[in-house]
Amino acid sequence: MEAPTSSVQRPTFAVQCPIPISEYPIVTLAHGGGGRLTQMLIERMFVPAFAPQGEASRNLALEMLHDGAILQTDGAARLAFSTDSFVVSPRFFPGGDIGSLAVHGTVNDLAMCGARPLALSVGFILEEGLPMDELWRIVQSLAAAAKCAGVNVVTGDTKVVERGKADGIYINTAGIGVIPAGVDIAPRRAQAGDLVLINGPIAQHGIAIMSVREGLAFETAVESDSAALHGLVGSILDCAGDRVHVLRDPTRGGVSSTLNEIAGQAHIGIQLNEASIPIDEQVRGACEILGLDPLYVANEGKCLAIVAREAGEAVLAALRDHPLGRGAAIIGEVVADHPGKVVLRSRIGGRRIVDMLSGEQLPRIC
Amino acid sequence: MCLGVPGKILNIEPSSVGMTMGKVSFGGVVKEVCLAYVPEAQVDDYVIVHAGFALGKLDENEAMEVFDLLQQMNELAELELPQAA
Amino acid sequence: MRFVDEYRNEPDARKFLHAIAGMVTRSWTIMEICGGQTHTLIKSGIDRMLPEEVTLVHGPGCPVCVTPLELIDRAIAIARRPEVIFTSFGDMLRVPGSGTDLLSVKAQGGDVRMVYSPLDAVELARKHPDRQVVFFAVGFETTAPGNAMAVWQARQLGLTNFSILCSHVLVPPAMEAILGSPDNQVQGFLAAGHVCTVMGYWEYEPLAEKYRVPIVVTGFEPLDLLQGIYMTVKALEEGRWAVENQYTRSVTRQGNVPAQRLMQQVFEVCDRGWRGIGTIPNSGYRLRPEFAAFDAEQRFGVETIRTEESPVCIAGEIMRGIKKPHQCAAFGTLCTPEHPLGAPMVSSEGACAAYYSYGRA
Repeated sequence: MEAPTSSVQRPTFAVQCPIPISEYPIVTLAHGGGGRLTQMLIERMFVPAFAPQGEASRNLALEMLHDGAILQTDGAARLAFSTDSFVVSPRFFPGGDIGSLAVHGTVNDLAMCGARPLALSVGFILEEGLPMDELWRIVQSLAAAAKCAGVNVVTGDTKVVERGKADGIYINTAGIGVIPAGVDIAPRRAQAGDLVLINGPIAQHGIAIMSVREGLAFETAVESDSAALHGLVGSILDCAGDRVHVLRDPTRGGVSSTLNEIAGQAHIGIQLNEASIPIDEQVRGACEILGLDPLYVANEGKCLAIVAREAGEAVLAALRDHPLGRGAAIIGEVVADHPGKVVLRSRIGGRRIVDMLSGEQLPRIC
Repeated sequence: MCLGVPGKILNIEPSSVGMTMGKVSFGGVVKEVCLAYVPEAQVDDYVIVHAGFALGKLDENEAMEVFDLLQQMNELAELELPQAA
Repeated sequence: MRFVDEYRNEPDARKFLHAIAGMVTRSWTIMEICGGQTHTLIKSGIDRMLPEEVTLVHGPGCPVCVTPLELIDRAIAIARRPEVIFTSFGDMLRVPGSGTDLLSVKAQGGDVRMVYSPLDAVELARKHPDRQVVFFAVGFETTAPGNAMAVWQARQLGLTNFSILCSHVLVPPAMEAILGSPDNQVQGFLAAGHVCTVMGYWEYEPLAEKYRVPIVVTGFEPLDLLQGIYMTVKALEEGRWAVENQYTRSVTRQGNVPAQRLMQQVFEVCDRGWRGIGTIPNSGYRLRPEFAAFDAEQRFGVETIRTEESPVCIAGEIMRGIKKPHQCAAFGTLCTPEHPLGAPMVSSEGACAAYYSYGRA
C-alpha cells in the first residue's frame, strides 16, 4: 500500500540565523538606531524571511523597502499601508508626547508614499503600575493629533504586562491611505540632476528628547518638531505632481541615514551643501556641547523631497507657503557620481563622505 | 580629548561646598557649569567649557588674532601683485 | 554661534590654504595630537585640501583609544557587579575590551549610564546612597581638573559610595616617546589647544629645543587648524624650532593655575600603559594616597585579569603616525565601526573611525 502523500506545502525554514551570531549574539540598542545595524537586521533577517528569493509569488511591496507599502487593489485604487511602533522615553517631552508621536509617525509614513491617510489602528502595551492619569493624557494627545490630522482611529488593541516588562507604555500604530492617480513616489525615480529639499531645520526632535533625558539634561527652548506632514506633502504634489520623485521623512538616524538609504536603493549619488542645511541656533549649541553631528540626530516633522530640477524652485515656494515648511531649503542634488554614497561639501569648501550611522551616535568628550 | 565649546555666562552661584557654579549659554542652550576654575570670569564673559567645567576665560581681543593675520596676508598679497604681473 | 562660526568661513580658509601652498618648498610631516583636531580636519575636508607636500599624521590624541586594555576589562568587571552604577563619558562605552564592551554589559543588564560631567556621577552617588557609583575617569589633562573637582566634592560631601577608575594620560611624555623613537618621521607638532588651556605650554619648550621641532599650540575650528598648520610650515621652511601659540584666545603660557593646583592636590604623576604603545614613564595621573578611598581599583579588588588584544590590530603604529588606517590589513574588512578590533576604530576621535566614516581610502 502506498503511503499517503500530503497535499499541504510545508514551508522550509532556513536553519541558520542570518545575523552572524558570533558577532551579535544578542540584540543591542544599536540594532534599533536607524543606521547600519538596523539595516542589517532588515536586509539579512526580515526581508529574506518575508520575501524569500526565488519564490513563485514575489513580495514586491516589501522589496521596495519604502516607509510604507504600496498595494494594488483589484480596482484602480492604490493603497498605502504602514506601521510604526513607539517606545520613546521620556513619554512627555517638549513639543509632544508618545501619543501624538504615535499618530504623526504612521501618518507621515503614509504621506511619504504620496497617500492621503484614511484610518489608523492603535495597539497599546501597558506596564502594570502606569499611572492612570498619564495614560489619560497620552490618549487625549493621541486623539487630538488624529483629529488634527483628519484621520480616524478605527480599531485597536490593549495588553497589560507585569511591572518591569515594558517601559511604562509601548504604542503601535498602523495606517492605511489612498494614493491619488498620477503619483509615483519611489527611490528608483531619483535621477541625476534632481534637487534635494527639506522643509525646515534639522535635529529638533533628538535634541528635545535629550534635553529631558537624565544624564544629559540642559535647559533649552528646543521643542520636538513632531507633526503630521500629509498636508505639506499634498501641497508639494499639487505643485509638482509626478515631478516629485522621492519623499521620505528622516527619523531615527537623521537626515544622513535616510539619504544614504535612498542613495543605496536608487544607485545614485547625493551631494549635500553643508551651508544650506537649515538648523536652529539652539539645536546647534546643544549638538556642539554634546559633540553630536546634527545630520545623525532624529527628526519627527521633516520631509526630504527629491524632485526634478525644473520643479525645484516651485516646490521650495510651495513648502515655504505652508506652516510646516517656513524654513524650507534646497540642500543638495542628485548626481551620477559615487552611486550609493552621500558626499558633503563642508562650510570651508572641503568634501567628505557622509556615511551611514554606525550603531548609536553617542555624545563625546573628545 | 577636548571638546571645549565657548559659552556665555548668564549667572554665577557660589555653592555650599565652595564650588562656584553658573548657568552658561551655548547659542541659547543653557547648561549648569562649574566655574570654580575661572574665578576672574564675570557675567557676560565667554568661557571654554569641557565636560561641565569652564577651563578658561575666552580672551575676546585675542580672538581677533586669526583675522589680524589674515588681514596681514591680504595686505602682503596686494603688495606682491604688481611684481607678479 | 559666537566664537565658533567666525572660524568656519570659506574665503578665509582658502586664503590660508593658498598661503601654505605658496610657502612650501619640500615635504613635511606634521602630527596633530588631539582627537578633536583629527575630527575637524577630516570633517571639514582640510586634510585633502592641503598641498601634497604637507602630510598630516594623527597622533595618540584619543584618550579613549589609549586607555589600556586591562583597565577596560577592569571597568567591565566592575560594571557587572549588581551594586554598582557604572558611569562614563559616551565615547568609552563602545571601546572593545578583551571580550566585550561596556555597552554590551548594559545590554546584558548591567547598570551602565552615560554622563556629561563627572559631577553628574557625584550627584548620582548622593541620590543613591545604597549603590556604589563608579566613574570612569579617562582623559588627557583637559579632563583632569573636572575629575579632581569631582573627587574633592565627594570628599566634602562625605560620600562613601563614590569612586573613580582612573586612567589619566599626559601629552608631553607621549610626544617625547614619539620624538625619541628611532622610526620617528614627525617634523612638527600641533599641540592640543584645550590640554594647553589647562597646563599652559611651558612644558613643551624643552621638547622643542631638544628635538628641534616646531610645536604650535592650536585650536579646534577649521581656521584655527589652518593657521596652526600655516605657522608650523612657516617655521619648518624657515628652519626655526620653538613653541608658538595659535590659540591665544584660550591659551596662555602658564595655563590655568587654579586648575593645576587642585589637580596637584588630588593626583600624582605615575607611569601609565598606553594601549598600542606600551608603558611610558611618568605619563599618567593616579589618586594621591590621601584620596585612596575614592580609588575604584582599590575598592573593588585587584583580581588578575588576563587580557587579549587582537593580533591583527596595529593601533600602536597608527597612533604613532607610522601607518595610516587604510594601510592596515583589517581596515574596512575585519575591522569596521560595527565590529571594531581596536580602540581607534571605535572612538569617533580615533583615526581609524574618522577615516572610515569620512571615506578616506
